[in-house]
Amino acid sequence: SELTLAAEWLGNGVALRGPYISMITNHTTNLLIRGGMLFVVGVFLALVLNLLQVQRNVTLFPPDVISSVFSSAWWVPPCCGTASALIGLLYPCIDRHLGEPHKLKREWSSVMRCVAVFVGINHASAKVDFANNVQLSLTLAALSVGLWWTFDRSRSGFGMGVAVALLATLATQLLVYNGVFQYTSPDFLYIRSWLPCIFFAGVITMGNIGRQLALYECKFVQEKIHQD
Amino acid sequence: SPLNSLNCGVSLDAPWWSHPISARKPNGCQLTPPPRMTVRERLRQNISAAFYRHGLLCASYPVPIILFTSASILTCCYPLLKLPLPGTGPVEFTTGVRDYSVPSHGTQGDLGERPDWYRGPPVAYIQQVLVKAAVSPWDSSLVPVDVFRSPLGRVFSLLEEIRDHVYTDRSLESLCLQVTDLLPGLRRMQSLLPEHGCLLVSPGNYWQNRRDMFDSDPDILKTVHQHEPKGLHTSATLKDLLFGVPGKSTGVSLYSKKRVVTYTITIALSSYDARFVASLRARLKQLHPSTNCSLREDHMVHVHFKEEIGIAELIPLVTTYIILFAYIYFSTRKIDMVKSKWGLALAAVVTVLSSLLMSVGLCSLFGLTPTLNGGEIFPYLVVVIGLENVLVLTKSVVSTPVDLEVKLRIAQGLSSESWSIMKNMATELVIILIGYFTLVPAIQEFCLFAVVGLVSDFFLQMFFFTTVLSIDIRRMELADLNRRLPAEAGMPPPKPGPLRPREAPPPSRPSPHTITLQAPAFRNLRLPKRLRVVYFLARTRLAQRIIMVGTVIWIGILVYTDPAGLRTYLAAQVSEQSPLGEAGLPPHLGVAPVFPGGDPTSTLNVLPAPEPTPLPENQSQGHGEARSGPAPLTSPQITWGSEDEEVWRRLSFRYWPSLFSYYNITLAKRYISILPVIPVTLHLSPQEAIETRHPQDTQHAPRTSAKTTELQADLTLYKVAALGLFAGVLLVLLLFCLYRVLCPRNYGQNGVQHGRRRRGDLPCDEYGYSPPVSEISPLLLRGHSMDIECLANDGMLLASCCLAGQIRVWDAQTGDCLTVIPNNGLRRSSSSGCWEHRDGWDPSSPAYDADSLLGPEARNASTPIMDNEHPLRRRTTPVRPALFGDQPDLTPLIDTNFGEVPPSQMMPGCGFDFGELVERAYKEHEASPPLPFPPSPPAARQRRRSLGDQSVAPPEQVLLAPWDWDSSVWSMELRGNLIAAGRSSGKLELWDAVEGSLRCCNEDGSSGITALAFLNNRIVAARLNGSLDFFTVDIHKPLGLLQYRGPPGRASLPPSPCYSSEDVISCQLTRSVQCAHQKPITVLRAAAGRVVTGSQDHTVRVYRLEDSCCLFTLQGHAGGITAIYIDQTMVLASGGQDGAICLWDVLTGSRVSHVYGHRGDVTSLVCTTSCVLSSGLDDLICIWDRSTGIKLYSIQQEVGCGASLGVISESLLVTGGQGCVSFWDLNYGDLLQTVYLGQSGEGQPVRQLLVLDNAAIVCDFGSELSLVYVPSVLEKLD
Repeated sequence: SELTLAAEWLGNGVALRGPYISMITNHTTNLLIRGGMLFVVGVFLALVLNLLQVQRNVTLFPPDVISSVFSSAWWVPPCCGTASALIGLLYPCIDRHLGEPHKLKREWSSVMRCVAVFVGINHASAKVDFANNVQLSLTLAALSVGLWWTFDRSRSGFGMGVAVALLATLATQLLVYNGVFQYTSPDFLYIRSWLPCIFFAGVITMGNIGRQLALYECKFVQEKIHQD
Repeated sequence: SPLNSLNCGVSLDAPWWSHPISARKPNGCQLTPPPRMTVRERLRQNISAAFYRHGLLCASYPVPIILFTSASILTCCYPLLKLPLPGTGPVEFTTGVRDYSVPSHGTQGDLGERPDWYRGPPVAYIQQVLVKAAVSPWDSSLVPVDVFRSPLGRVFSLLEEIRDHVYTDRSLESLCLQVTDLLPGLRRMQSLLPEHGCLLVSPGNYWQNRRDMFDSDPDILKTVHQHEPKGLHTSATLKDLLFGVPGKSTGVSLYSKKRVVTYTITIALSSYDARFVASLRARLKQLHPSTNCSLREDHMVHVHFKEEIGIAELIPLVTTYIILFAYIYFSTRKIDMVKSKWGLALAAVVTVLSSLLMSVGLCSLFGLTPTLNGGEIFPYLVVVIGLENVLVLTKSVVSTPVDLEVKLRIAQGLSSESWSIMKNMATELVIILIGYFTLVPAIQEFCLFAVVGLVSDFFLQMFFFTTVLSIDIRRMELADLNRRLPAEAGMPPPKPGPLRPREAPPPSRPSPHTITLQAPAFRNLRLPKRLRVVYFLARTRLAQRIIMVGTVIWIGILVYTDPAGLRTYLAAQVSEQSPLGEAGLPPHLGVAPVFPGGDPTSTLNVLPAPEPTPLPENQSQGHGEARSGPAPLTSPQITWGSEDEEVWRRLSFRYWPSLFSYYNITLAKRYISILPVIPVTLHLSPQEAIETRHPQDTQHAPRTSAKTTELQADLTLYKVAALGLFAGVLLVLLLFCLYRVLCPRNYGQNGVQHGRRRRGDLPCDEYGYSPPVSEISPLLLRGHSMDIECLANDGMLLASCCLAGQIRVWDAQTGDCLTVIPNNGLRRSSSSGCWEHRDGWDPSSPAYDADSLLGPEARNASTPIMDNEHPLRRRTTPVRPALFGDQPDLTPLIDTNFGEVPPSQMMPGCGFDFGELVERAYKEHEASPPLPFPPSPPAARQRRRSLGDQSVAPPEQVLLAPWDWDSSVWSMELRGNLIAAGRSSGKLELWDAVEGSLRCCNEDGSSGITALAFLNNRIVAARLNGSLDFFTVDIHKPLGLLQYRGPPGRASLPPSPCYSSEDVISCQLTRSVQCAHQKPITVLRAAAGRVVTGSQDHTVRVYRLEDSCCLFTLQGHAGGITAIYIDQTMVLASGGQDGAICLWDVLTGSRVSHVYGHRGDVTSLVCTTSCVLSSGLDDLICIWDRSTGIKLYSIQQEVGCGASLGVISESLLVTGGQGCVSFWDLNYGDLLQTVYLGQSGEGQPVRQLLVLDNAAIVCDFGSELSLVYVPSVLEKLD
């Protein structure tokens, strides 16, 4: 512990950023910060991607920009944000518990690539005209699995993705069943059959971001463990 | 590794693509390569060989290859010129009216000039009736409102005429486009636009097409303007929509100079009946003839509208672009160790972009016209193609050995990454092929482009980027040469730049012994809050960046939403300037000015024949007597020019889409056909105008309202001007920002500075918090007469040996010298107390530590006078025991009256120098009493000498007459209280550290002991001839009770066993491995039951300590081993003269990773739990990720810095420098603090650096040792 104290005293990095570092090192605060960032990312993606979905049916020229940005119901973005925060926090947690830290390409550029592919998958689901729904769903499923293989490759990631995708699909079905909203052309038990693929890809993406964010915590927490 | 390749039988031409490293037998012998290679391996070898040759080619002829690549890029991009520019503007096609027939749906493209979209019936046929009306002889009795009231009033009769027109039982009702409800969002327009009926739009819609409402309207202008939107509006307004002409040319204004009112009646027809239209035209012309009208009536214009992109649709697009830029940023950030980081990043981006352009060009060359929206799929294409290969290439080339030729480096780098590059490319191609078989047209097209893009990207990477990289590396080597030459030639070091903090020691230090952080003026903690905010803004350039991003987005939106306007404008410009260039266009198409000038009369004046034509007598409402009016000069003239042929051109291009969109009819990807306009001229008499007046018109105060309308018109102009100015300013700012972003800040300076280091120069950190000024005061341990050669520590004790062979044992906590073992005798001299506190002498403090430490004899001798004065314990000077006569008594020198010290001496920078006093005392002392044994040299004096003139031989060499030069100590180890010393004569000696007595001596070997390892009760000695000896230390009595104890308050004991003085200790050679290495052993490390040796014969060997069995011979270095690290967790790292660092698995003997990080020897290596730190002769400290072997970052030190390294904790790194030690934050690579050991900033380099268990560090500093404590630890321990 003396060593860490030494580091803390000497380290401008520590003494210098005094309040900030103590905040970062505090596990709860760190969790909150990460959760907040993930939430914001989730809300943003939900807004943008929802816009894509809505625009597919609306070819009208924009009468009002603001209203079309918030085209979905008010509760959709917060829900997506919360879900993504949960997933993003859960991924590093599971990694830690399973004891197999994620080793594959832990860089921001890779994460960015992952997000871009995710947006692309959404884009394809919204904009590309497929011959039939089966083809669309199969293509999206292949793309999602490809996303997992390219950027994740962990068993826990796959399992979690599948589980969350199924759960979210079920929840959506319940929502549609109760008439909260509806799809214009449902093809599989009130919903679109590509929905699970999108959910899966989203889970992988958010997990990737969450793991990358957790990398920053690790550095500080290691010091903290020494102190304790 | 050339050795391996020799063994494998690969020719020397291509020595680098065979690494059979993992095939090693545990007995250290190398396995012969398998006789038959698999197909995969052969393929791999062939690929590597091909890449190697290709790399040689690229690096040999850089300029021709770059020229060739540029030429091929341009060739491939040439077909792009034929493609239409992307945009959303409408496209036109003109046909004749006479032979018009509705185009068929079929796809037979027999007519070459017929566009693709001209198929099937249009959404609507538009028939416009252009009405120009004027109160013709203007009378002075008329009020301004009369200009437009009665002309507008005539619209209702015209409308009736049109509605009631019937031609052979066909009425307008049956032909016109029937519309239903307006969109629900347009309730406010419900009364203004037709619903449930014909789409017939005219100004009469303002009054629901009812004459009575018009007549009862007191203020027409107000009615017209109340629906106008506030502010600047680019799309069609309601006024434009209903009048059908641009707002300015309607003439509905109180200050119209021409007094001619213009408006249109627009009829949308669902089907085209030529005879009906012709009869309507004839009827209207007959009713309202236009005399001087010569409008062409034989052309029909079809306008095709593309899909419009709104701002809302731009949001996903912008998002993808933001992600793309983030990706490029994070990727190019990783480029390191090259001459110009930005240049290479630019080359990488150029590679990707031009490969995309090439793919589009090639595809269109072979007849595949892109139908996808290029802007939308572009980011995905970039992401698919990626920048990874480029980065991997850079990294691989950069990590090749530096001493090679550039050509060979490029070739090696290419060949070592060839397999992974080919594998990735094959994978991507397979994925894309799978995508191609989805049989979805859009995805197929995307895949096609991606395939061509991938291939062309590969081509460019191989030719363009590799060549650029070779040029860059050559430039870097030249720069390196320039940088190193002066330093090697002994010239003065380069000027201290602002980014090299250590070269510029703080100019004002309060005293020569206290060290403060650099730039203390900036390290001011108490910055006011607002200043912090300003600093924050200035540092992050937040405002600039926000403005930049905003501007980029704004410009992008402008370009995307209004390209048609620009294009038509440009077309108009071109056609105006070159009348011959209109050959392709119908003559009337491009002439209409899109941006009508401010003064419409000026355009009219240009027109030919504006002669005042006499009003025809036979017109229906003509009044001949009015012509004799007094004001013929102001009589309005109705003229028809070619600009009236297609009035709709002067409107916003969004006019038709917005009109139809109100009824939920989209024009995207469809077209409308516009029939030739029907001109209608109306001349009204002043009487009629007066009759139709509303009673309020005359009372109406025109002044104010006129002013406001004029003001409004002017205001628009000003707004546009202001907007233009704003845009200009923003553009300048943007360019400035781009310049700042793109140009490196250290432009023109030599060398690449690591970005992370700049943080240390900031006045405060990024969170606005500055650290308090802190001081670290190193303890100087003096006593050695010559440079210190060996250093060993074991928790509490510290042993050092100088070139003179003298061994001194110090207390690692306090810095007291406990024992002196002179070279030539076995006599003991204990506790000569020669040390100095860097804070200066503090005579008023008690000798607390020293008393308790020195044992009873010293305590008796000392004078415990001031014991009770200060209860606070401080580590200060002990009062010198009179027992030892070899040191002068300095007590009389102590002057406690500090008030008498001249103030000039207290100035910071010069300080108060005790050196002179002490030296004088030594001089006086030297001649005095006879010495009981050869004295240790006078510390202060020797120190002076060592700082100054090194060449003068120290005087004590003369004193120590029987100098045994042959048996100098070459290596030393310390465990418990036993010092193991290996001498050049091959003798191994065991000394008692506390008593200073020789306990044991072994003279089995004759070759000098170059390295020693002391673990448990075994000693391993590596000898100069490459042999390795294992000794066992036997104790013939159980462990004694007498143990060395540290000073009070430090209860912790040294972990190693202690030997009592009564024990008989013997040291026996258990095994000697002759020829352990072919060449001298350079490094020897022992931990975790393993002994690892590194030798100049390029190999590392691992032995088991118990039975001295050789477990592995690790090969992989291409140079002698210079550094080895092994710790309890069995991690083994080795560094060699080739600059390579290898990580090995000690259990299996396989190589985990192999990286090139240094140009020159690796001088030291340390591992932490997560990373590997290495320093090299190139003054670079590299930090690698331990698991992946990826370089996290590197710290460029100044030239000639010591290469010693130490890690205090997981996050704190210590490096030795020129007379100083520096502390670094490992997580960020920040320089935390630099502690100067000597009085001046310059000094001897720190060659050895040891980290003690109590977070102190010891380093040699010429003939002195320096003990640096971290103050907070001291406080904690106290």
